[in-house]
Amino acid sequence: MKKLLIAAAAMGAAFPAAAQTVAVTNARLVVGDGSAPVEGGTVVVRDGRVVAAGANVSVPAGVPVVDAGGRWVTPGLFAGFSRVGIVEVDGVSETDDSAAGGSPFNAAIDVSPAVNPKTSAITVNRAEGITRAVVAPEARGSVFAGQGAIIDLGVDMDAVSKPRAFQFMVYGEEGGRRAGGSRPAAIAMLKNILFEVRDYARAPASFADRGKDALLTRADAQALVPVVTGQVPLLVHVERASDILVVLDLKREVPALKLVLVGANEGWTVARQIAAAKVPVLASALSDLPASFEQLAATQSNIGRMQAAGVLVGIGMINDDEARQARLIKQYAGNLVALTKVPGASGLDWGQAFATISSRPAEAMGVGGDYGSLRPGRRGDVVVWDGDPLEIGTAAVRVFIDGVEQPIETRQDQLRKRYFDPKEGALPKAYQR
Amino acid sequence: MIRIIIGTAAAAALAACSATAGPKPKSAASDAPAKKGPGKNKGYDHNPYPSTYKPYPGVPTLLTNVTILDGEGGKIERGAVLFRDGKIVEVGQSIAAPEGATVIDGAGKYVTPGIIDVHSHLGDYPTPSVSAHSDGNEATGPVTPEVWAEHSVWPQDPGFSRALANGGVTTLQILPGSANLFGGRGVTLKNVYARTMQGMKFPGAPYGLKMACGENPKRVYGGKGRMPSTRMGNIAVDRQTWARAQDYKKRWDRYEENGGEPPARDMAMDTLRGVLAGEIIVHNHCYRADEMAIVLDMAKEFGYKVGTFHHAVEAYKIADLLKANGTCAAVWADWWGFKMESYDAVSENLAILEREGACGMIHSDDANGIQRLNQEIAKVRAAAKRAGFVIPEEIAWKWAAITPAKALGIDQVTGSLKAGKMADVVLWNGNPFSVYTRPEKVWVDGALLFDMHNPKLRPVSDFELGQPGSGDVK
Repeated sequence: MKKLLIAAAAMGAAFPAAAQTVAVTNARLVVGDGSAPVEGGTVVVRDGRVVAAGANVSVPAGVPVVDAGGRWVTPGLFAGFSRVGIVEVDGVSETDDSAAGGSPFNAAIDVSPAVNPKTSAITVNRAEGITRAVVAPEARGSVFAGQGAIIDLGVDMDAVSKPRAFQFMVYGEEGGRRAGGSRPAAIAMLKNILFEVRDYARAPASFADRGKDALLTRADAQALVPVVTGQVPLLVHVERASDILVVLDLKREVPALKLVLVGANEGWTVARQIAAAKVPVLASALSDLPASFEQLAATQSNIGRMQAAGVLVGIGMINDDEARQARLIKQYAGNLVALTKVPGASGLDWGQAFATISSRPAEAMGVGGDYGSLRPGRRGDVVVWDGDPLEIGTAAVRVFIDGVEQPIETRQDQLRKRYFDPKEGALPKAYQR
Repeated sequence: MIRIIIGTAAAAALAACSATAGPKPKSAASDAPAKKGPGKNKGYDHNPYPSTYKPYPGVPTLLTNVTILDGEGGKIERGAVLFRDGKIVEVGQSIAAPEGATVIDGAGKYVTPGIIDVHSHLGDYPTPSVSAHSDGNEATGPVTPEVWAEHSVWPQDPGFSRALANGGVTTLQILPGSANLFGGRGVTLKNVYARTMQGMKFPGAPYGLKMACGENPKRVYGGKGRMPSTRMGNIAVDRQTWARAQDYKKRWDRYEENGGEPPARDMAMDTLRGVLAGEIIVHNHCYRADEMAIVLDMAKEFGYKVGTFHHAVEAYKIADLLKANGTCAAVWADWWGFKMESYDAVSENLAILEREGACGMIHSDDANGIQRLNQEIAKVRAAAKRAGFVIPEEIAWKWAAITPAKALGIDQVTGSLKAGKMADVVLWNGNPFSVYTRPEKVWVDGALLFDMHNPKLRPVSDFELGQPGSGDVK
């Protein structure tokens, strides 16, 4: 298999934005809606959107054709929760735009200006078939962290697909910490904030902005109006079973709220209630340790059991890897399939597992009409793989975003080439490019 | 050369004889030879917290028709493995079933030695991760070779069961963290639950010393306004400490040989003396190529050997240097970018070491990663293949078997499926390089301690008893 190699200087220029129309033929085609792969498949992308994908799709005249040679072809993967694109090196705080402990703002914070398409994490994850990601801020001085975005991992300078796509909130132990030390304090903070948002919505001009002495500045209140009116989803990090029920109960107070749970390691124990509330979940995958007292019941079977109970569940990554390793979601999904052979465990079949890293997280975010599958009308994010994308070691061979082919060489590839033979030659290593 | 410390307590005879400085008094005893010291290594007990681990009972077991990766580079298709009384008896193409043996047909399955992880903090940073359990870094000073990770190990850490059932891990080294330049002693454990740490301790395994270079120590102590706060500070403190250790060793060596007043006992220096004497193995957390090169020179300066560099993200840049020094590297498959020193990670790191004939192995440093080390070495193999270097399955499995066993000084007794070795065995329900495969059965010293088909053979630590999810398949 050959990765598409390009000279570093020409990165971006070799892939003109005009090339948004393409057909991929002769594919073991995965649509990403939960169904199994079909042989002899074709995807047609015109002007950046999928026109058709399936077994008996004809290619219109004049459309450039990429022959997949029988290889697996899938939608680009959708990272359901991440911090990709706003962090370069976690340990170098200047490069980490996910949190601002010294800021008077909370809900107002908008990650979209901070998304940098040149981030190493974007290149590395694009090279492994991740084409879109949910990018969230971190909470600091409040239970509200701010407004997250949906981004594409393309090489061009226009990375944000949907700015201010959701509000992120934390509850549980972290929420308690941000609110001064307890869960009840977090709920009190939340309730007070909701009063203030309603005040602001009724009469924005007369909202008393007390600046950094308030729980909520004018800008924060403004950012929360679309949340209480249900125009923008509220993603809530919550793990413990009883905490999940408290969060679901918020809909009684604010009926229009479009809740999405993030993490939800004990979700399986209250799956019936989550399903009844029709609240989607972006669940941590393969989380099986009682890492805290909020996740004593954690098990790898969490996602399988929630799915079986009728919950819409996708994979989200909220852990130490969230800024750099979205690519691991393929390994996570493959492991969920492995669980189907483990007695007493609840796994997912291949199609369902693939859906947790494609269509389901997109649907959870309310953008399933645009991303996460090759159903007609979706953005033309297509990946050709050299094997089963859920199996360890499969590589993305060609990556298209909005129908535009993407470069997939990373600086790690360049380091490997330089050092595949570690010894210096006629010149120092620094001259070897 | 690393000596194995015998499981029974070494003699602790501290002879309080006094050296005679002047001419001997004339008497009947005046022709007796001068009083000798207590003898080499007999000045104090080198094994005061001995292992009390005993293998659990097993039954003679024959696996047949199974693909064998023996952990030393051997592979047998549709072969057979027989173990009995805790030991491997025979590995071959076909073995007659002894009377009364349990015979397991391994068609479509693989058998390997139990996975060995040389870098874990299970027990000393257990789950739940609360501060009352945060016992992995004695971060009150950068030089703490006197602390021993085993004195922090909580044997009820739920993480041990996950490593066994999901990961097929049968032996692991618990290390102090990397806040300190000299973090303290590590301990090698059998992955078998016990009421006490000593009940888990791998019998006869030598001790390790955890050291760290790079960002962590200088960040932790620089942040407190003390040395080290720079990389040069790291090395300066290291060198001064080794110089003190050499002096300590000289005094104790002399006393043990010649007798006289024993020198003052220093727990920190005991550990470093053990390294200088070749008894204790150095495991040095170090990411950058240039820093590893400096550490290798420091080891030569003070006459000790670096056993294994841990993490060694840039090991690929100096594979030739590592090979020339006989120093191993324990690495991840694909961790990168979380610190400046991990910025230059490549997925082919371990493969490049293999290609260059250097010693390399996988490790986890993570309670989740330890559950998937077979998948991690699969990642390396696949990356290598794409880069044009094909590594057969049986060679790659060494990274999780005989090579970490050697790094821990226990390769004489485990780390491969060889007659006479401990029956630390994993039967996988498919090809272990596949994401779709899990351990089906795990034996430690021939005792079946995990069986995916038998809920009774699924350990639940004290902590998890009676909790939400207690006894669940995790």
